Amino acid sequence: MDTRKKPRRPGMIIVYIVLSIASIFSLFPFLWIVVGSTNTSTDVIQGKMTFGNQWSTNITKLFGNANMSTALMNSLKIALFTVILTLLITSMAAYGFQMYKTKRKEKLYSFFLLTMMVPFASLMIPLFKLIATLHLINSVWAIILVSSASVFMVFFFRQSFVNYPSDVLEAARVDGANEVMTFFRIFVPSMKSTYAAAAIYTFMTSWNNYLWPLIVLQTNEKQTTTLLISSLSSAYTPDYGVIMSGISIATLPVIIIFFAFQRQFVEGMLGSVKQ
Amino acid sequence: MATELKRKKVGWYFITPVGILLGIFLLYPIFYSLYLTLTSTRGTLTQFTGLANYRKLFSDPSFFKALKNTFRILFLQVPLMLVLALIFAAMLNSKKLKFRGFFRTAIFLPSVTSLIAYTILFKMLFAYDGLVNSTLIKIHLLDAPIAWMQAPGTATFVLILAMIWRWTGYNMIFYLSAMQNISGDLYEAASIDGASSSQGFFKITLPLLKPMILFTTVMSTIGTLQLFDEPMNFSAGGTTASMVGPDNCFLTLSVYIYNLCFKYTPKFGYAATVSYAILIIVAILTIIQFRVSEDSDVRLERKMAKAIKRGN
Repeated sequence: MDTRKKPRRPGMIIVYIVLSIASIFSLFPFLWIVVGSTNTSTDVIQGKMTFGNQWSTNITKLFGNANMSTALMNSLKIALFTVILTLLITSMAAYGFQMYKTKRKEKLYSFFLLTMMVPFASLMIPLFKLIATLHLINSVWAIILVSSASVFMVFFFRQSFVNYPSDVLEAARVDGANEVMTFFRIFVPSMKSTYAAAAIYTFMTSWNNYLWPLIVLQTNEKQTTTLLISSLSSAYTPDYGVIMSGISIATLPVIIIFFAFQRQFVEGMLGSVKQ
Repeated sequence: MATELKRKKVGWYFITPVGILLGIFLLYPIFYSLYLTLTSTRGTLTQFTGLANYRKLFSDPSFFKALKNTFRILFLQVPLMLVLALIFAAMLNSKKLKFRGFFRTAIFLPSVTSLIAYTILFKMLFAYDGLVNSTLIKIHLLDAPIAWMQAPGTATFVLILAMIWRWTGYNMIFYLSAMQNISGDLYEAASIDGASSSQGFFKITLPLLKPMILFTTVMSTIGTLQLFDEPMNFSAGGTTASMVGPDNCFLTLSVYIYNLCFKYTPKFGYAATVSYAILIIVAILTIIQFRVSEDSDVRLERKMAKAIKRGN
């Protein structure tokens, strides 16, 4: 242990001041969301920072007129199916690339990685035409299928599979397990934390997705929470109290996930650059 | 040997499901988009027009406006944000710091908000009768409210401020994790040699952080070149407004592509051409960023080699 305790330098005080200011700036909007969801539109915009009694009125408007419950269900449905499908197919592919290395597979893999540079805007038009041809316009599956085909997640899983001891898989083979069984029964269960990190990352991305749903989902019954909040705020006379309660409800699940799984959350984020 | 070969083949089965989806939803669009750049759409009629779209690009004032707006945001926001992230990370990396966990979580928390949510929050904060104006007037920094979102300069400022709020903590986490991988022995050896802590930061931390700085720079550059959600929701009236922000200052490249496709008569061919322009710009910037970092890597290696020689 370090026993040579140095006296605190004046530099440390500046550090505390800077970090405190940064923290206040970072946290203030969150407080404002919570307070704002209890106030009227005028109070919100004028920055009233005390709790009001409009919470139930705002919530009633949000779920009554604005159809927040449908939007929440749509967002949840898209996010859950995207997480399940993405985790299944991208981790399988990563396993295929990592555990059955061949030159041709490596070439295909490098090509996939290269496509990560392509901006979504370049895919948007052909994707839209394709989805129209497949009669998937206004269907949540247009979002789920397109989001699940994620090169990034293949990359993420492969990075985490690199250090897996291959003798474990060898042992399973000697015991007569076939390749697919080995993957599902032995490999996947031993990688729980990687899957948790991937699930959280995918859920977040899906939950906050805006551009692609904006293009594909065209009726109010199919709206996601992000689309709903966006349309509330671009209304001719926006009701800011309702918007605030909408934002607080849309943000809550993500914050809960963040605090419940902080470690996996950060791991998921950093996974892409692990050595 | 035969089983080994058979096993390698099984690998392809694992890759097939994602391969099919990527083929349909990624590779096909990439190539189809390239084909579209050579065509022009009028109603339901698609005509092959060769390089006409590319020629049009160079004489299109809206394209240059979008390019200028995007690059203005890129050059102001990304460096400022990354320097702030680096400073916060360096401060949080000190083991002597109390409340580290609290500071780290607080600064990171904005990155869990959705892009739409924070954009709308900042738009409300900087509204004419909004919280920022009323606070500034209350503390006598302002006599009259500023119409932040009515002038291109101040509106861009608010957008950049909002993006810094949302993304600084995100990048900070990358730096922090890289800093925690640097062995403490290095700093100890340096301090024995009489180096101050700021020298330690510039001579040890920064050079070793170079790969991470490169990574965050490339990621932020790609992200900013694709900027869509924020400018779209910052502009009054959202997706249907005739102008994207005051004097079209929020017309970024992605917003322009969206407008070309979905706002008026669809011009898919020309929109695809603009999107390929983004791709080319991303590729060029990424190559430049890699080159710059490689050059400094070579310099760093030489320095290290010298230092090791001296040490022995």
